[in-house]
Amino acid sequence: MAAILEVNNLVTKFYTIDGVVNAVNGISFSLEDGETLAIVGESGSGKSVAMMSILGLTPSPPARVESGQALFRGNRGTVDLLHQNFKELSEIRGGQVGFVFQDPGTSLNPILTIGRQISESLIRHLGITPKEAKLRTLDLLTEVDIPDPELRYGAFPFQLSGGMRQRAMIAIAVACKPRVVIADEPTTALDVTIQAQIVSLFKQLRAKMGVATIWITHDLGLVAGLADRVLVMYAGQIVETASVDDLYDHPQHPYTIGLLGALPRLNTHETRRLVSIEGTPPDAMMPINHCPFAWRCTHAFERCWEENPVLADVEERHKVACFHVFERGG
Amino acid sequence: MADKPLNRRADSRLELETSFQDRLRYLGRLLLRDRIGIIGLFIFTSVLFAALFADVLTPYKPLDQDLQASKMPPAWSAGGSIEHPLGTDNLGRDLLARTIYGARVSLGVSFIGALIAAALGVSLGAVSAYVGGRLDEIIMAPINLVLSLPYLLFVVFVASVLGRSLINVILIFGITNSPIFARVTRGEVLRICQSAYVESAISAGARWWRILLIHIMPNLVGPLVTLISFQVSAMIFYEAGLGFIGLSVPPTVPSWGNMLAEGRRYITSYPWLTTLPGLAIMYTSLGMNLLGDWLRDISDPRVRRASR
Amino acid sequence: MLKYAVSKISQSLLLLFGVLVLAFFMIRMTGDPASLMMSRNATAEEVAAFREAMGFNRPVLVQFGDWISKALSGDFGNSLHFRESALNLVLQRLPATLELAVVGLCMAIIVGIPLGLIGGFRAGGTVDFFGRLLALLGQSIPNFWLGLILILILAQRLGWFPVFGNDEPKAVILPAFVLSLPVMGELLRLTRSATLEVRSEDFVRTAFSKGLRRRTIYIEHVLLNVAISLVSVVGVEFGYMLGGSIYIETVYAWPGMGQLVGQALGWRDFPLIQTIVVFTSIIVLALNLLTDLIYAIIDPRIRHGR
Repeated sequence: MAAILEVNNLVTKFYTIDGVVNAVNGISFSLEDGETLAIVGESGSGKSVAMMSILGLTPSPPARVESGQALFRGNRGTVDLLHQNFKELSEIRGGQVGFVFQDPGTSLNPILTIGRQISESLIRHLGITPKEAKLRTLDLLTEVDIPDPELRYGAFPFQLSGGMRQRAMIAIAVACKPRVVIADEPTTALDVTIQAQIVSLFKQLRAKMGVATIWITHDLGLVAGLADRVLVMYAGQIVETASVDDLYDHPQHPYTIGLLGALPRLNTHETRRLVSIEGTPPDAMMPINHCPFAWRCTHAFERCWEENPVLADVEERHKVACFHVFERGG
Repeated sequence: MADKPLNRRADSRLELETSFQDRLRYLGRLLLRDRIGIIGLFIFTSVLFAALFADVLTPYKPLDQDLQASKMPPAWSAGGSIEHPLGTDNLGRDLLARTIYGARVSLGVSFIGALIAAALGVSLGAVSAYVGGRLDEIIMAPINLVLSLPYLLFVVFVASVLGRSLINVILIFGITNSPIFARVTRGEVLRICQSAYVESAISAGARWWRILLIHIMPNLVGPLVTLISFQVSAMIFYEAGLGFIGLSVPPTVPSWGNMLAEGRRYITSYPWLTTLPGLAIMYTSLGMNLLGDWLRDISDPRVRRASR
Repeated sequence: MLKYAVSKISQSLLLLFGVLVLAFFMIRMTGDPASLMMSRNATAEEVAAFREAMGFNRPVLVQFGDWISKALSGDFGNSLHFRESALNLVLQRLPATLELAVVGLCMAIIVGIPLGLIGGFRAGGTVDFFGRLLALLGQSIPNFWLGLILILILAQRLGWFPVFGNDEPKAVILPAFVLSLPVMGELLRLTRSATLEVRSEDFVRTAFSKGLRRRTIYIEHVLLNVAISLVSVVGVEFGYMLGGSIYIETVYAWPGMGQLVGQALGWRDFPLIQTIVVFTSIIVLALNLLTDLIYAIIDPRIRHGR
């Protein structure tokens, strides 16, 4: 399968009045057709910024993509998303790449009906008539399990529950049958039970449409049943990438191990303390030229302070960026 | 290579090390924002200076008449002389003197009026917000009434009933402008009281005056000073307007409003009689508005955090 | 929605009552309305006779009840100067003032709002800079003074506009412009800050993520939300202009209610002044009510009974 999205060396910075924030420090990865990639990291790891800045959705006066490539294999061949003008980018956004955002309460326009908000995407990209768009919207509403689509078409966001709003957002994202859907923490703001519903809805749609997905989350527990591959980010860099099974079975990077160790497990009989990783992530305004995890790593040695490790294969399709793994046997 | 201690503190926040370029950029932005404020501050202090040191700045008194030197144009036009740099009016009074002394009246009335309005309005608004309930409704009802009416008309009405005097003008301004202070204060106090740290202070048993002093007051200073600045600017206008239709301070007192009224008769023949006070008003008002803008910028907590 | 409308209407009626109370007592602030209204030369007997004739000797509450009931049926007494119905005089002058206020409001909206929008979208740009400068000047220059200066330059020296009066249709331009300046500045500022706020909302990012055209995003997502917050302001600003018309109409000899107030002040014709103040307040209250209701219709959150 060919990669539908290939990102090389993306660097994004925020120029604020306090100084320059190095949000994304050179990440490279690829997304295969139909694959579900989970990007995992804590707040401030740069996971959201990375995806948003690829598609020009970060607020542009402070944010700037400094360098890198984002090759997207779209309907018009392969283009570099970072070098598209607004018009070209707007053809891709919504039409070929769909988005689901974290907070459906604020991510929907409060004064437009949800039917209208879904239809306008269809009209924009498919060039169909409003009437036709309405019919398709009603189908979409049914597909995302919103009951009473006729009624809900004319409803305003405040009239829907959180779960339904998120379904509406998903409907917007998949309306034009995109090739990629990027979901930025779509279940974080929802109750656990609703979370489960949304995840299962999502799996249904994925199976039906075969769409490639990037699912951004900080919750490793969620990732297990959902993703094919996982990308672990820390301090604006990718520290490990592997298939889901490989990651859970034999994680390599000390950070990943720490994250997995911090997961509460219900299926053990022993009682043990939750292991947390001591310390906090580094200040993003300070340029670092060594391993960013060194402060908190129990395995750090002098090599870790001299250079920033790069991603390298530790086994087939399993990469890690860690000196400890390669030079000291992991 | 010495071994870095492995029990290094797991605290990775170090000093901010930005590049020289970034520092420059930050400084530049701060100055740009402050430039507006500096202009406003300059204007304000210049007017204040003029008002306070009027007798030093000009040998003439605003009421000194010199009918032989009447209706002289400013020094730079034909017929003017350096003796009366800005000319004289129809009664031979030196215009520079009248303008400078006029600053005393206009600024004085506006400031004292604004302070009275602030004192009255803040107390009402704070009490109303803090006590809440029925008292809140009772206090805010007339305040909302006054705020929703055409202000100028009522001021003119009241001024015409009460008559021309310095005290009256100050009182009118003070009382009629207190509603806006009340409303703003009430809004701020309500907002502050709903914040988590005040709630926790209350639940920890803090006395009400402690909460007022430590939590509420400091947060009020910013919006209050900003509002006072804007209100002073507005009151200078109001005084000018009232003077223009003859309802401000008595005609013996030199104020910019009165000067406008007097100058109006001679507008075609001696236009500078009107131009000068108008420019003075504009200059002062501009300064107060700029000052208010700047004060609002720096008291906005979002911006304050960014301007370490 | 219905509940909202009813509550707003009853609020307005309450305010109306408040206005009547205020107007009633303002004339009596000095304690003796008769000596207030009579000229300084009047003898004590003349004043006493006047007091009796106007009914000022009756108990205050009786006077109040009488006045209110008459006012509610449209009788505001007679003007002292003209000796005819004060209300009629005011109504005669109403169209001229309305013309001025409406034209002025249109000017303020046409200039202020688009500049504020562009300034909000491209904050820090050239348009934004000039917009903010205009707003600052509009709110710092005493508009009636500017009115005088403009008459001097444009009307007398250059002859582009008539010097006073409303005989020609284009005579409305100068006074309306000058009247509109402070409002223009205020509208510009408010639109600008509303635009900045809306633009940073999450749903605008969603709109971009849908790949909508810029124009669609600006108009349907940003502008509509901004308009909602502006509606109520427009009503208040119109009220402000009605008040400011006193000075402008005096300067431009515009035959409206404002000029009448200026003249009435000279005549000490307090019944007339009182009538104008009450009448204008009623207009302002009605307008505020109207804008509140329009706001309720536009904002679906209120329309569908939140």
